[in-house]
Amino acid sequence: MRRSRLLYVPFYATYLFLYAPIAVLVVMSFNSGDSPYSFEGLSLKWYGELAGNAGIRDGLVNTLVVAAGSTVLSTVLGTLLAVGLARHSRSKVLDAIGVLPAVLPDLVLAIGLLVFYASVKMTLGLHSVLLAHTVFGMAFVAAVVRTRLTHCDTSLEEASRDLGANAVTTFFRITLPQLAPGITAGALLAFTLSVDEFVIAFFTAAPTEPTLPIVIYSMVRFGVTPEINALATLLLAVSFTVVIVAQRMTRLTESLS
Amino acid sequence: MSRSRYTRRLPAAALAAGLALAVSACGGEAADPAAPAASASSAQLNPNADLSKQSVTISVWDGYTPKELPQEIKEKLKVDLKVTLHATNEEIMAKLTAGADTGLDVAFVSGQYAQALNEAGLLEPIHPELIPNLANLYPEAKELSYDKGNTFSVPYTWGTTGICYRTDLVKTPPTSWNDILNPPAEAKKKVTMMTTERWLALPALKVLGYSVNTRSDEELAKAKEKLLEAKPNLLAYDDTTFGARLTKGEAAMVVAWDGWCPTSEENVKFVIPKEGSDLWVDTMVVLKSSKNKEAAHAFINHILDPKVHGWAASNILYKVPNKAAMDIVDADLKAKNTPLQMTPADLLQGESIIDLGEDSVKFTKLATEVAAQQ
Amino acid sequence: MTRSTVSGATAAPRSRRSRAPGRLAFLGPGLAYLIVLLLVPLALLLSYTVFRRGRFGGVVYEVTGENFTRLLDPLYLGVIASSLKLATIATVIALLVGYPTAYLIAQLPRKWKTVALVAIVLPFWTNFLVRIYAWIVLLSGPGLVNSTLEGLGLGPFEFLYNQGTIVTGLVYSYLPLMVLPLYAAIERLDPQLREASANLGARPARTFVSVTLPLTLPGVVTGCLFVFVPSFGNFIIPELLGGGRSIMVGNLVRDQFLKARDWPFGSTLALALLAVLVVLLLLQAWSARRA
Repeated sequence: MRRSRLLYVPFYATYLFLYAPIAVLVVMSFNSGDSPYSFEGLSLKWYGELAGNAGIRDGLVNTLVVAAGSTVLSTVLGTLLAVGLARHSRSKVLDAIGVLPAVLPDLVLAIGLLVFYASVKMTLGLHSVLLAHTVFGMAFVAAVVRTRLTHCDTSLEEASRDLGANAVTTFFRITLPQLAPGITAGALLAFTLSVDEFVIAFFTAAPTEPTLPIVIYSMVRFGVTPEINALATLLLAVSFTVVIVAQRMTRLTESLS
Repeated sequence: MSRSRYTRRLPAAALAAGLALAVSACGGEAADPAAPAASASSAQLNPNADLSKQSVTISVWDGYTPKELPQEIKEKLKVDLKVTLHATNEEIMAKLTAGADTGLDVAFVSGQYAQALNEAGLLEPIHPELIPNLANLYPEAKELSYDKGNTFSVPYTWGTTGICYRTDLVKTPPTSWNDILNPPAEAKKKVTMMTTERWLALPALKVLGYSVNTRSDEELAKAKEKLLEAKPNLLAYDDTTFGARLTKGEAAMVVAWDGWCPTSEENVKFVIPKEGSDLWVDTMVVLKSSKNKEAAHAFINHILDPKVHGWAASNILYKVPNKAAMDIVDADLKAKNTPLQMTPADLLQGESIIDLGEDSVKFTKLATEVAAQQ
Repeated sequence: MTRSTVSGATAAPRSRRSRAPGRLAFLGPGLAYLIVLLLVPLALLLSYTVFRRGRFGGVVYEVTGENFTRLLDPLYLGVIASSLKLATIATVIALLVGYPTAYLIAQLPRKWKTVALVAIVLPFWTNFLVRIYAWIVLLSGPGLVNSTLEGLGLGPFEFLYNQGTIVTGLVYSYLPLMVLPLYAAIERLDPQLREASANLGARPARTFVSVTLPLTLPGVVTGCLFVFVPSFGNFIIPELLGGGRSIMVGNLVRDQFLKARDWPFGSTLALALLAVLVVLLLLQAWSARRA
């Protein structure tokens, strides 16, 4: 197949663009000084500081709990919703409700949920963030899965139904396997968005149980310290490792392609 | 067919709308601003309550209290202290005023925000009998206009706003807010002003000889003109990282809160412009929703202990309104960091910023107009 | 009711037997969730738009139309217009960069495909704010880019604190959200279609325009949506990378809720923002149907 060399320019530019600031923060995390503008010497001292920071540790755990929980919930609800909207409804209103969380500015959702939680007298905590993150996580999963569904061959589903299988059986035997790559991508997206989400988490979390972005936000009041850079570097290393291991264990490659 | 589908959906829509209304109705009671604040009957607090059965959760700016505070409080008061962080007044205000159950007992907020929280009926009145260390405060610290007599807030730190500058980057030291609004050639595009509306407007209001608490549309319009004229010469609007910008030479002159000006650097100085400035106070308040009010008061009392309170002056270089605490601050440190030398009398020269009630939205609009101008 | 034929199935009504339980099982949980945790909160905000701010914040439950009059102030309309402009530029750039990237990822051998894909989302797993600050370090006056350029005898340049840096920040933050749906759409393409087109004598550009692009259009639309929406409502990037010198509609909403504590007007602005997005979506749906 012929492929224009020109295509490689934006391809490499994308990665360069995405990783240039990452490179800066990784390098600066090993800086012995504390100015982000001059590299004074190699040191691991910020990693030492980081290890002693209980606030960051707790924040990390909270973030993982929220992200994992909301990803599971989002994936299940989002996949069902995508199939429901694509196969069992022709209502534009329902379509719109399905994409609404993805097109809703985070601040609007954050304030709306805060007011709602206050109205029903719900105590804030990790559960309130988890529920909030599921609102947009579900929409993103549904959107990605639907993109896949629109071009899925419906003849298999039709055949299954014509042979007497009900909608649920058809879903598990025919639709789901076809959708697996979309679901994986959607789950990945939901998890990723939850881990880095700040605005909604800020408003719906209890001050006593902040997620990591909230902890970081309160620490960067005077600009980013090398300690935060060390944290970002570690997060990067850990997620990279997790992905590699997951790939080995679950053949992520195949599910993604 | 399609009609029947729509009619079937109608009841559901009606149900949702009804639910929304019902919910908003009970939300209304929770956030009713008409609830009289200070006069609200507060439960009588028990001075002999067993504190070891209580715990205190505070929300404070990062680095604003000593790291060892939880251990100290545990040893001294037998109370578990949980420290949570907020980055700005605005954020913690949003959470508190929404009426959500945050689990907080004590919050650190600036004076005018404490005033607004009190007006909203969210604060427990301060019970002075539970805070004997209130006696350590300067008499001036009991005359602050947002809360005369410290009825619902206890001051933690106080200071003013001025110009923080690099002696090596400007030819003549600034003396007036005009030096910020019309910077000399060498400082053009190397000046920052605050983003928060009250402090954004301050230099312009002071140059014009107006009050920082003005409610006059005409005065605010004039201030807006000044601010728009100043905009092309600014590097950025910034009220968090201006100190770092100054030390790395990105900025030559910045509007700064005194404690945030890195005066310990050799070539950095702080000046209060001749037109005058403000007096800001960061306070501690006890929330009405707290279930640990006795322990919360004991916590505040502990903070007012000269050694504990002095920590803030020595470590974050903010003045504290506590005479005994200021007296134990190292003399060298005071000599190096000139803002620490200001006396309460000096500070009271500044105008205390108060919440302007319904007029405060005028300042938000002013800030929007300045930021939107290209 | 006649059985629909297998081939003509997509839009034809299906048998009632399979629809009724199917509808409820698939649509029920998700919609119930969204009604309680999305529509009810939005209805709460909507109800605020007709009320007034209390003296010190909060909401006074007296019906008024003043929020809508205030909305028509040219000040706010101007900010909405300039946000549209910035978000559109960011979306177009993200599409121009993201499409070829997604296209090439889809052509990679399996093993590399995963690596390339994961590498796109990996930056998200550090922290948004940390990455934005890293850009400031890179681009600022004494920063890395300028010192490199100075070494080459160029500059120093003022990169930061203008609308250009805002757009850069937006593209940077949301590019992965463009690449993922594009990849999903492109990867699904049957390579035989392109080969057929080529065999019939179409040049690669022609094949792209008349085969690849139309078939991946759903991915393009999703990607553009995912980039445009958060860009339009963003307030942190204009503040940090724009130096607070320009504001977007997200800043307006944030300032009303947080600074002015004017929740009724904040809700009005927020719903106006939403209305703009809904109008754009409708336009997009309308143009897609005409195309």
